[in-house]
Amino acid sequence: MAILVKPDTKVLIQGITGSFGARHAQLSIDYGTAVVAGVTPGKGGQFFEHGGKKVPIFDTVAQAAKETGATTSAVFVPPPFAADAILEGVDAGLDLVVAITEGIPVNDMVKAKRAMIGKKTRLIGPNCPGIVTPGESKDSHGGCRIGIAPGYIHKKGHIGVVSRSGTLTYEAVWQLTCRDIGQSTCVGIGGDPVNGTSHLDVIKLFMEDPDTHGIIMIGEIGGSAEEEAAAWIKQHGTKPVAGFIAGATAPPGRRMGHAGAIVSGGKGTAQAKIEAFREAGIGVAETPSDMAETLVRLM
Amino acid sequence: MNIHEYQAKQLLAQYGVAVPGGEAVKTADEAKAVAEKLFAAGQKMLVVKSQIHAGGRGKGTFKSGFQGGVKLAKSVDEAHEFAKAMLGQVLVTKQTGADGREVKTLLIASAEEIKKEFYCACLLDRNTSRPIMMVSTEGGVDIEEVAAKTPEKIVKETIDPAVGMMPFQARKLASALGLKGDLINQGAKLFLGLYKTFWECDASMVEINPLCIVVTPEGKEALVCVDAKIGLDDNALYRHKNIQEMRDLGEEAPLEIEASKFNLNYIKLDGSIACLVNGAGLAMATMDIIQHFGGSPANFLDVGGGASKEQVSAAFKIILSDPNVKGILVNIFGGIMDCNVIATGIVAAVKETGLKLPLVVRLEGNNVVAGKKTLDESGLTLITGDSMSDAAKKVVHAVTA
Repeated sequence: MAILVKPDTKVLIQGITGSFGARHAQLSIDYGTAVVAGVTPGKGGQFFEHGGKKVPIFDTVAQAAKETGATTSAVFVPPPFAADAILEGVDAGLDLVVAITEGIPVNDMVKAKRAMIGKKTRLIGPNCPGIVTPGESKDSHGGCRIGIAPGYIHKKGHIGVVSRSGTLTYEAVWQLTCRDIGQSTCVGIGGDPVNGTSHLDVIKLFMEDPDTHGIIMIGEIGGSAEEEAAAWIKQHGTKPVAGFIAGATAPPGRRMGHAGAIVSGGKGTAQAKIEAFREAGIGVAETPSDMAETLVRLM
Repeated sequence: MNIHEYQAKQLLAQYGVAVPGGEAVKTADEAKAVAEKLFAAGQKMLVVKSQIHAGGRGKGTFKSGFQGGVKLAKSVDEAHEFAKAMLGQVLVTKQTGADGREVKTLLIASAEEIKKEFYCACLLDRNTSRPIMMVSTEGGVDIEEVAAKTPEKIVKETIDPAVGMMPFQARKLASALGLKGDLINQGAKLFLGLYKTFWECDASMVEINPLCIVVTPEGKEALVCVDAKIGLDDNALYRHKNIQEMRDLGEEAPLEIEASKFNLNYIKLDGSIACLVNGAGLAMATMDIIQHFGGSPANFLDVGGGASKEQVSAAFKIILSDPNVKGILVNIFGGIMDCNVIATGIVAAVKETGLKLPLVVRLEGNNVVAGKKTLDESGLTLITGDSMSDAAKKVVHAVTA
């Protein structure tokens, strides 16, 4: 089953003709993902061609969704225009918008999130690696890859992975796959202070998904989303969870790359998050190299 | 990005927020001229404030031995003397570290009699994804302590970004501070202006500590921002040319400035093992694992998702200009990134810099086979790590051996 996206989910890509969007559209098509449309204003009527596939390009998301039945969008639009692109997907009534773009002004996301209240669309990201639900074929081909993750590191299976960081997600996934343990779905929720979907939102979906048997949750300094998820798991968790928090050595008051990764006013420290994890019965990986091993021990 | 107090007050004043009259100066003579002007306007007391991006200025000490980076002056001569003692000198505070910061600018401002001190800040509440304005009657002190010991003394209003801060919310906050009569309206106007500054400048934080009731030379009570601190959202700077011009490179670490020219995210730390990593999360985790195995990280360095050969080369040069560095760990998990691009960049950089320090490389991800081949065929004496922990152990061993 997996969560959020399935191998047959129809995906459209906003910003498909930009170099970044195009490269990852190609990789998704190679992976076997159903990329059914692209959106670039002004290029409607053209085609995005790759590997013998012709993907129609539309001027608006609404047109693309109507013509192709796409239910999910990947946003590769540059930061100044990204909030608009997200809300265009919301307006078109998509189920899911995955915003890859890094560097969106915080206030733009504050406004976008406010405008999404009462709408059916779920937003993942921004500033995230996207989602992968691995497929059954060799190197997990035939799955749904939305975003920028390397597809081949995945393997179809029963572990859910949720993380703020892209490369740490790949790290966890690769550790699992190397142990011949597959994943149900891997979700990068992004490193910005305002995002569409939290750790807790994804954890709840994994707990409800019969196909997910265990979870790896990766967090980092800043905010309190990890603590919230841990508190919920303590009360309602039904599956083993292993966790890792990055940033124990980060100096306070400095933003560590991600806009949201900052310890300020003594809040959002790695220590506090690790303690919250322990208290909730989450297996804490001592190092980022032990994420899969920690989960295996719990299962 | 952070800006100086005098710049923060300029922005606030543009949005109608009451700040004490004054001017920023760069020479002692300018300081004297401003002091003359303010005293002539009827001020009884002035304050001479060192402008650096660090707190604790008042209790700081100059390397010259002069005490205090913030001084009250009762006369033009006194203001002039203080300016001479501060300008061009290095001020050390609890937030600057032992190196301190050179004071290049002073704010000369009127210092009215303070009747009461409050705290006020506007920032993003990450739990609700909305701005909040918070006030406290406990001003002039460390607000983190207030939050920890007496959280009931902090009053918050969450702002709906669709409508912005409403006047009634501003009045509620003024009332929570116990303001009465005309001061309620002054407070409400001030809070509305403060929110407008926060929102329209794309600030990440506006902090007024203290916000004060002062007695003006005419004997009236007024509410003014005696100190002000503004942090800006770097992602939104592109749409604020005026604020971009406020950047003070003198307040930033030279290596971090150099890194930003190449779109590299570099933060210098005090350890001996440099790291070069792609992705912020992995870069943090790499620092953590170095420490876990007994080493100490020399920096945070995220080369980003689309690093080019030039960026990798620049990253190596920046890492190597830190004299504390005794070894380097390159940890790449290529999602967007092509491992071979990184490998080619590493080989070029090592040859170019004539690197003598131990270098441990761990590559994984897109095009990793080609990347490893490039490293193998380079003829360089680098150490390869199979996993993060393997690589971290090897670099710690190489540095301590």
